[in-house]
Amino acid sequence: MAEVSTARRGVNARSRRRLNVVRGVIFVVLGLFFLVPLYSMAEFTTRGAGAQAHRSLDAWRAIVSYPDLTRALLISLELAAITSIALLALLLPTLVWVRLRLPRLRRVIEFLCLLPLAIPAIVLVVGLAPIYLWVTYFFGDSSLTLAFAYAVLVLPYASRALDAGLSAIDVATLSEAARSLGAGWPTVIFRVIVPNMSGALLNAGLLSVALVLGEFTIASLLNYTNLQVAINMLGRENAGVSIAVALGSLLFAFVLLVAISVVGARRHGARTVEEG
Amino acid sequence: MTEVQVSAPTTTRAGVEVRLEDLQRRYGTVTALDGLSLTMEPGELVALLGPSGCGKTTALRLVAGLEDADSGRIVVGGKDVTGLPANRRDMGMVFQAYSLFPNMTARQNVAFGLRLRGVGAGERTKRAGEMLELVGLSAQSDRYAHQMSGGQQQRVALARALAIRPTVLLLDEPLSALDARVRAQLRDEIRRVQLEVGTTTLFVTHDQEEALAIADRVGVMRAGRLEQLGSPSDVYARPRTPFVAEFVGLSNRLAGHVNGGTVDILGLRLPLVDPTTPDGGVTAIVRPEAVGLRNVPDDTGQDALVGTVVATAFLGAISRVTVDLGGGALVLAQLPTSEAADHPAGSRVRLTLRPDPVLVTPLAVGEAAGVTA
Ligand SMILES: Nc1ncnc2c1ncn2[C@@H]1O[C@H](COP(=O)(O)OP(=O)(O)OP(=O)(O)O)[C@@H](O)[C@H]1O
Ligand SMILES: [Mg+2]
Repeated sequence: MAEVSTARRGVNARSRRRLNVVRGVIFVVLGLFFLVPLYSMAEFTTRGAGAQAHRSLDAWRAIVSYPDLTRALLISLELAAITSIALLALLLPTLVWVRLRLPRLRRVIEFLCLLPLAIPAIVLVVGLAPIYLWVTYFFGDSSLTLAFAYAVLVLPYASRALDAGLSAIDVATLSEAARSLGAGWPTVIFRVIVPNMSGALLNAGLLSVALVLGEFTIASLLNYTNLQVAINMLGRENAGVSIAVALGSLLFAFVLLVAISVVGARRHGARTVEEG
Repeated sequence: MTEVQVSAPTTTRAGVEVRLEDLQRRYGTVTALDGLSLTMEPGELVALLGPSGCGKTTALRLVAGLEDADSGRIVVGGKDVTGLPANRRDMGMVFQAYSLFPNMTARQNVAFGLRLRGVGAGERTKRAGEMLELVGLSAQSDRYAHQMSGGQQQRVALARALAIRPTVLLLDEPLSALDARVRAQLRDEIRRVQLEVGTTTLFVTHDQEEALAIADRVGVMRAGRLEQLGSPSDVYARPRTPFVAEFVGLSNRLAGHVNGGTVDILGLRLPLVDPTTPDGGVTAIVRPEAVGLRNVPDDTGQDALVGTVVATAFLGAISRVTVDLGGGALVLAQLPTSEAADHPAGSRVRLTLRPDPVLVTPLAVGEAAGVTA
């Protein structure tokens, strides 16, 4: 008996070790796949002018000397914030309502939400252009009006994330329990549903932010300047600086992602820790 | 300003009268409620009992305001609440599905309704504590739903529903997700708490034992309306219709013949529940406990009352013996287990029937004799 179990433990240990090796290899390969371009970018931006020049951070320092660029960066950040907040504020009550009151419309809504995924950006722009005549008429010709187009663009991702979050809880019973205890609909959504799907909300928000920060096509075709458009224009003039900004925005998105998931994990952890 | 009237701990809010008047509710072509009327006395616990799909949940949801009636009225304490939304009805509800808010501890769950009513933090915690004590869960007050058993969760849900001092307490099969032992225990506990608090309570279940054990009155529902409303012993011993007789408890269906105010069953003459029943062939409904058995020699000749024991179901102190009267007609007899041991499978027995008044229905084809659950 003892021998058998030792032997089995030996086999287990061996296969586990093999698994670890495979994991390690995959990790390293993927890491290289992501890191090499980033490293190349970093290397490029720190190359000094001339063949024999020393490493320098001139390109990075130069970023601030392009006011257009900082303005575009701010616009992109504002767009990201506006898009994600507006979309969540619109989408969450809608999805909850459809789930509770119009379950027959669920497939239709799902289809509508996924539609932007199936339509190429360029086609989207063709449709958006005439609408933007009205948008600029009502809201002025600000780059922030891109938030409308971006909300549509982000819709498939955000709705998927929220739908998954809603499926994970018993929305109907929880909201009925809350209502019978005296909660109105806003209370139901903010005190009962939102706290129980904070993970999904973070995901949806993060996806929106990442998408908006990286968007180029629609902004460019509609003649607005966002971060990516500005980077592209700058690239023709000063490649070093444009790459520096691109790398910076990538790192920013990465830091944001990690920060949000850490915050999410911490909040969840606080809830489960006191088990003992 | 947020001062709220707070009375003594575990106060008895004298129950109020609740009236459901001619409630109708249709879903497409399905009629879930077909003119349900029911008056609950202040502080009374009424159990709604009925087969699946007869409209029990719908009735409860209409009272709670989670669903709108097509027509009819709901009057609570003399006030018409038919048009009020759920969150303004002041009704405590416990659901069949686990419904604790996962992001809150037991205490926070119980305090939720108080918080919505603007009760201050100190008072809230105190009252939530009292409610948890009432359901025997003080030690678990800082736990989250996923750290509690199903029975504990339902007890917290009960405490949460009672914490707001509801005018009416609504329970929709709160025990059906629990195992038999916890179910019986929690059932008694719900009754104890309800008596202590004195809230008028509507309890929905499809488990007749549960309904009979817990309720002041039992309402048996069928196809969206009340078939009979009465005390548990009334509904069991004096069912007004065959449906009630069959739904509440087991019953034998035996062919009989009405003749001048009495009925002949298997050659025995028994009184009728309704002596005005017209003469003719009927199906009589006989409780298994009204059937007795006597051993007879194996070579006893065939006779309407003589049969063979085919099976015995041991149920603890009592046993249920199935007797074949020949021709596939089975009759159930419920006996003390010690007595049932005298009639092993295969033995020949003669039936006796207790001379209780018998409920009869017009004879249906192919229902001459048999057992229905
Ligand atoms: N939301 C709904 N949409 C359509 N039909 C419904 C809906 N709710 C209930 N029904 C129908 O109404 C009838 C009564 O349903 P209800 O849920 O009240 O039954 P019940 O007595 O509670 O049954 P159970 O013991 O199975 O819970 C059923 O035929 C059911 O199919
Ligand atoms: Mg039901």
